[in-house]
Amino acid sequence: MSNDRASAKTLNRTALTKRLAARLKHDEAVIAGIGNTNFDLFAAGHRPQNFYMLGSMGLACPIALGVALAQPERGVIALEGDGSILMGLGCLATIGNVKPRNLTIVIWDNGIYQITGKQQAATGGATDIVAVARGAGIANAEWVRDEAHFDRLLERRFEDGGPVLLAVKIDDQPGRGQTIRDPALIRSRFMKGLGTGRGGAVDS
Amino acid sequence: MSWSETFLGILKDNDVRLISYVPDNVLTPLIKGATSDNYFMSIGATREDEAIGTVTGAYMAGMRGVVMMQTSGFALLANALASLVMPYQIPAIMVISERGTMGEFNIGQSLVARTMRPTLDALGITHHTLTDEKTMPFIVDSSIKQAVSTQAPVAFILSPLLTGGNPAARTKLKISS
Repeated sequence: MSNDRASAKTLNRTALTKRLAARLKHDEAVIAGIGNTNFDLFAAGHRPQNFYMLGSMGLACPIALGVALAQPERGVIALEGDGSILMGLGCLATIGNVKPRNLTIVIWDNGIYQITGKQQAATGGATDIVAVARGAGIANAEWVRDEAHFDRLLERRFEDGGPVLLAVKIDDQPGRGQTIRDPALIRSRFMKGLGTGRGGAVDS
Repeated sequence: MSWSETFLGILKDNDVRLISYVPDNVLTPLIKGATSDNYFMSIGATREDEAIGTVTGAYMAGMRGVVMMQTSGFALLANALASLVMPYQIPAIMVISERGTMGEFNIGQSLVARTMRPTLDALGITHHTLTDEKTMPFIVDSSIKQAVSTQAPVAFILSPLLTGGNPAARTKLKISS
């Protein structure tokens, strides 16, 4: 069966983020890109190993790569929008060469810049992000066909078998949550979740 | 010891293991030294903001890192510094080989160089220009320790006075000595 963007079922990011979060059993780190991507991760229920970006559009995958390199035994997942990944496609080439086995990338692809007024993105035209990823050296890249396929693809240990890139065709709905806008707190909680926080008397 | 060997030694003394870089002529000895030493994890990045992202992730996961770039590459960083490194309080260490001054042949380099220190100053990022091997060890060692202790980034600007500058410029401009 051919597996491409055209034949992929249109899914919903909020629902799939919840499905993904429910699969995380080993304190996997999740780095969520700016906007709807991290709103939906926050809405799926805060975990200490979640990192929410409030700016630096396009850097979810590079940040996730850094986490993956520093903690090679931990599964690391980057959640990124199509507009965001288009901003820094070069990071796919870096990841395709470094080949971190504990890194999984999920691209939510609605073909538009939903949050700024639904303007069309290159992914809504001629650009296929799975083809880009494969060309960049991430051989294990594929379109998610439907919910059941998504679930099957997540039935794995995230600390091995990577790098993997899953592209999900999604609808034009906005994110459901609203991340706390306190970067220092986000960083501090994330580091505690990864076991690298400073801790101490004031850090209960 | 050459300036680059001394510099890498100070990184080691401070447990700075990750080096994410975009290549540059002047940085060559640093990059060669790092890639040939198993202590370091060297990652070639395609852009400087990507390197900042990787060093940020690694820091939060317990590994200190440095971004190496040239002046024009630093000019790509304003957003990553203002919306990631500064608000999240990341002690990102930046090493910038200084182009655009003391014998630059490329007008683009000489112009973009003017944006570097004003950008660092606008964000309140501590920066030191390294000009000689005598003062370099104290400046770099103490400033890395300060960056980590205060959870703030620091930039080291490698002056041509320290590095000898870009060999290509010396040839093109026929600079003596």
